[in-house]
Amino acid sequence: MLAALIIVFREVFEAGLIVGIVLAVTRSVPRRNRWIGGGLLAGVVAACLVAAFAGVLSQLFDGMGQELFNASILAIAVVMLTWHNVWMARHGKEIAGEMRAIGQAVVEGSKSLLALAVVVAVTVLREGSEVALFLYGVAASDGGSAANLTIGGLMGLALGVAVCLLTYFGLMRIPPRALFATTTVLITLLAAGMAAQAVAFLQRANWLKPLNTVMWDSGWLLSESSIVGRALHTLVGYTDQPTGMQVVIYLAVILVTVMLMRLVGSGRRQHVIAAG
Amino acid sequence: MFYHMLTPIRLTLAAGCAVSLLHAAPALAQQAAEVHLTYSNGAFQPSEVRAPADRPVVFRVKNLDGKAMEFESKSLRVEKVVAAKSEGVINVRPLKSGRYEFYDDFNEKARGVLTVQ
Repeated sequence: MLAALIIVFREVFEAGLIVGIVLAVTRSVPRRNRWIGGGLLAGVVAACLVAAFAGVLSQLFDGMGQELFNASILAIAVVMLTWHNVWMARHGKEIAGEMRAIGQAVVEGSKSLLALAVVVAVTVLREGSEVALFLYGVAASDGGSAANLTIGGLMGLALGVAVCLLTYFGLMRIPPRALFATTTVLITLLAAGMAAQAVAFLQRANWLKPLNTVMWDSGWLLSESSIVGRALHTLVGYTDQPTGMQVVIYLAVILVTVMLMRLVGSGRRQHVIAAG
Repeated sequence: MFYHMLTPIRLTLAAGCAVSLLHAAPALAQQAAEVHLTYSNGAFQPSEVRAPADRPVVFRVKNLDGKAMEFESKSLRVEKVVAAKSEGVINVRPLKSGRYEFYDDFNEKARGVLTVQ
């Protein structure tokens, strides 16, 4: 039972952190629960499908289907997160000002919500497919231990939900004014970390060869498999043995996000001045 | 799953081109050492394997059981689901001499060791 609890918790831990952040980011957007809920549901369904076709998936691309699939969905999440940040640089103030042009904000807000719902779906899909495979194996095996493992699994899931709520309410304690800046930084690092993870998958598949040497090993300082290491791995993409390409892509995502946000933000200001 | 829906021929062509381009770039990479493992009744067979140092290693894990397993190793930095009754291919970059443990993440009792020298 404990083993099942640990396995399931490890998988839902990451999803819990990310969903908590997304909930905090969208706190004042109308109808956000429907979108996030939709993302969760789509993620669960897709996770079951991926689990069901896991065998087929791995056989693709000379046995590297799983790696390439993971890299692709991570890439989708990176694009969505970056797009959200850029969108917020443009419209964030309108939403913060809430009552102003609320009708427009709702329409525009749902676009950004779609991006974040996709992020939620993709995260749940990635983590959930392993849980589904594990639980399927449990269900396939016989007898009383299966019931025990199922209880363990459910407890793991509950702990994951607790992580999500802790993240959400933790972020909610930050004053609204500082929250926007905080979540922008969080989402940028989240995207950079996911991009670095995608690089790792491509390197494992031997699809990305340049700069494929490990730059440093900080495992002695903070192991990636420790609980803090895992949390930082999810939140800011911490890896104790990053390759050169991972570092390059990580920094590139941050740089591109900052540049796009500046560009779009200043574009808006000029527009306002011109209109005034 | 999504790849499956695309036209297989075009996909294969595109993938083939991409792979050959990527593979052509670096000077002939070192030949990878292959390590064959089978997984049945919740145990690796053999549970102790060897590989040469400073050469890429390719694990071929054949899962004969009726449920999925996850081939995982912290020290090798790999993590890969191998579905029931199928074979998983896992690439590992060149290794220094030493002992590297691997296990089934879905079943902690299944463990094995790779000795690199």
